[in-house]
Amino acid sequence: MTSNPTPTRDLAVFVIFAAAVLTMPIWLAPIGAAYPDLLQKFAIYGLFATGFNLLFGLTGYLSFGHAAFLGVGSYTAVWGFKLLGMNPVPAAAMAIVTSGLFAWLIGYVSLRRSGIYFSILTLAFAQMSYNLAYSVLTPITNGETGLRVLQSDPRIFDTAAQSGGPLVSTLFGIEMSGYPGFYFCATFLILGFLVAQRIFRSPFGTMLRAVKSNQNRMNYTGLNPRPYTLAVFVISGMYAGLAGALLCITDPLAGAERMQWTASGEVVLMTILGGVGTLLGPILGAGIIKYFENIFSAFNEHILQDIFSFLPEALQGPVVSISGLFVGEGWHLTLGVLFMIIVILLPGGIMEGVGRITSMVKGGSRKKHQHQTAPAE
Amino acid sequence: MDVILLQLLNGLDKGGAYALIALGLTLIFGTLGVVNFAHGALFMLGAFCAVTFNKFLSLEKVVLDPTKTTAWGTPMEVRTPYVEAYLGDFGAWVLNYSVPMSILLAIPVMLIIGFAMERGLIKHFYNRPHADQILVTFGLAIVLQEIIKSIYGANPIPQLAPSAVSGAADVGAFLGFDPGVIVYPFWRMVYLGFAGLVIAAVFAFLQFTTFGMVVRAGMADRETVGLLGINIERRFTIVFAIAAVVAGVAGVMYTPILPPDYHIGMDFLVLSFVVVVVGGMGSLPGAVAAGFLLGILQSFASMNEVKAILPGIDQIIIYLVAVVILLVRPRGLLGRKGVMES
Repeated sequence: MTSNPTPTRDLAVFVIFAAAVLTMPIWLAPIGAAYPDLLQKFAIYGLFATGFNLLFGLTGYLSFGHAAFLGVGSYTAVWGFKLLGMNPVPAAAMAIVTSGLFAWLIGYVSLRRSGIYFSILTLAFAQMSYNLAYSVLTPITNGETGLRVLQSDPRIFDTAAQSGGPLVSTLFGIEMSGYPGFYFCATFLILGFLVAQRIFRSPFGTMLRAVKSNQNRMNYTGLNPRPYTLAVFVISGMYAGLAGALLCITDPLAGAERMQWTASGEVVLMTILGGVGTLLGPILGAGIIKYFENIFSAFNEHILQDIFSFLPEALQGPVVSISGLFVGEGWHLTLGVLFMIIVILLPGGIMEGVGRITSMVKGGSRKKHQHQTAPAE
Repeated sequence: MDVILLQLLNGLDKGGAYALIALGLTLIFGTLGVVNFAHGALFMLGAFCAVTFNKFLSLEKVVLDPTKTTAWGTPMEVRTPYVEAYLGDFGAWVLNYSVPMSILLAIPVMLIIGFAMERGLIKHFYNRPHADQILVTFGLAIVLQEIIKSIYGANPIPQLAPSAVSGAADVGAFLGFDPGVIVYPFWRMVYLGFAGLVIAAVFAFLQFTTFGMVVRAGMADRETVGLLGINIERRFTIVFAIAAVVAGVAGVMYTPILPPDYHIGMDFLVLSFVVVVVGGMGSLPGAVAAGFLLGILQSFASMNEVKAILPGIDQIIIYLVAVVILLVRPRGLLGRKGVMES
């Protein structure tokens, strides 16, 4: 897809993508994924992964602390609700601004180093935010309980009807849960995709790729990479903040566990699974992980026995107990195994797999496009 | 003064654990050039070796004693662990010392795991970028901890220190302070001594044996050692296994201090990486020094007097120190020139 991007082709990809996202409730129905809660998650985590991919995919800087921005976005959005009222737009705007500022602060310090040091610096900052959110910042974050909107909050722009009503986010009188909530998130996903596509094709994007491929050479040509990397770090943080805000818009509750480093690991995983450095890959990866998380965690012994009922009695028992390890509570085990397989066998993720298959179908005459994820050093 | 001494002691045992994990991480990084995010999981596996050993020893034989009855009128059950039933006093002694004894189990187990991990997985990642190494070992860590979770459940499993060292020592009285001010559990002292012993053993092994000499040469210049006709990869595999053992025994001995659960490794891993970076990537003395230093700093930061001035400092001190060190001394405290500088 990145082999010969032309404006027409980009436009076509964008239109198809937008159409596919908006019709998700229809074409995902056969696989049982077409219910609003899950669709919202697809859109939100797709946005989060797109933002992460702007940083990791283009510059090769592997941030292990991106969940911090998600958390900051969530907290800001809930505070937006508490102070300004249940309208999602100001809350989202506030979240973008705050997480952008936060990303600027962290990025300014972390981007002085690259490679593994950058990963550890971002990890350190994220852990600091997480620990602080749990302990000293309890007045702001409400600690372990999580921050939620209360009836007694000021909410200065809410009308009388709203302030008495249920505490869900509403835009023009439509409650942001269920399908309206999904379309709200989907709009942002499509916008986010468009912005990401523009960045990929812009001179700015080219500059970022130069950072990834050879920073030394870039220095020698008289270019300072720092402003570019900082800019993309902030943009990426804003995406994460917006995703965090959307999580709160669909369900107004923010907790510190969103900032834990395992959450940062999850977004890395989504991006890798889908394909680093591709536009569609991270969104695909996010969708797949959230889908299987939902399906697999719901499995239990009985469902497994039904599935394997075609096997002979003697075989059924062991097969059920072994596969039982991978579903339900053990869903993370599946995730870990999947993750290892992808990194070992298919470093370019699903998009590379798709690319390989297409080139095989076409007779293998065209040269494959390789997506290498070299760290910036 | 006494308060300072108490915090110093408190910091040392945690510092010992950090130092042991960081030592293994640095060994692996210095020899194989691999960033091992699964090292915390090895620590956790070691801790669960102790749990397994203890579970195995305390398998019980249930005998109904008809002469006594419980409050409900049913015959009293007399439970005796099999080891005690068969081996008598010696069995009871073994059960009492199950934590230190499980080192005997942990060493071969960790050797095998380390060997299998290096040959089966890490070997294929020598020439891949660091980002890939981080990701694949991160995946492995998730897999290992989920396996442990499915076997042992998600709750911490407390382990007891041997009764001879389960109490606390009044260190203060010994050093001439008022009695009862500085009280320090015996087991933590044992841990500290143990950590010192393991660290000394690793350094002695690298410094005074021919094998260690070759490894050090390989760390400095891998290619030349290879050109001299030495199969350096095989030695590095053994180094990896040794690093796994160090992490494992550190985990075993830590179980009486902190009941192990499946994510104990992850909690230690993040901190150990910070320790490695502060000490200087690839510097063994740096890793040890930084481990103890950060352990002590953390314990000082959790003093109430300090927290009153800077609330929440105990939660972030380690990360804060890491950030400052990375920015002002890019190579870490004792980092060598040319190792992972960027």
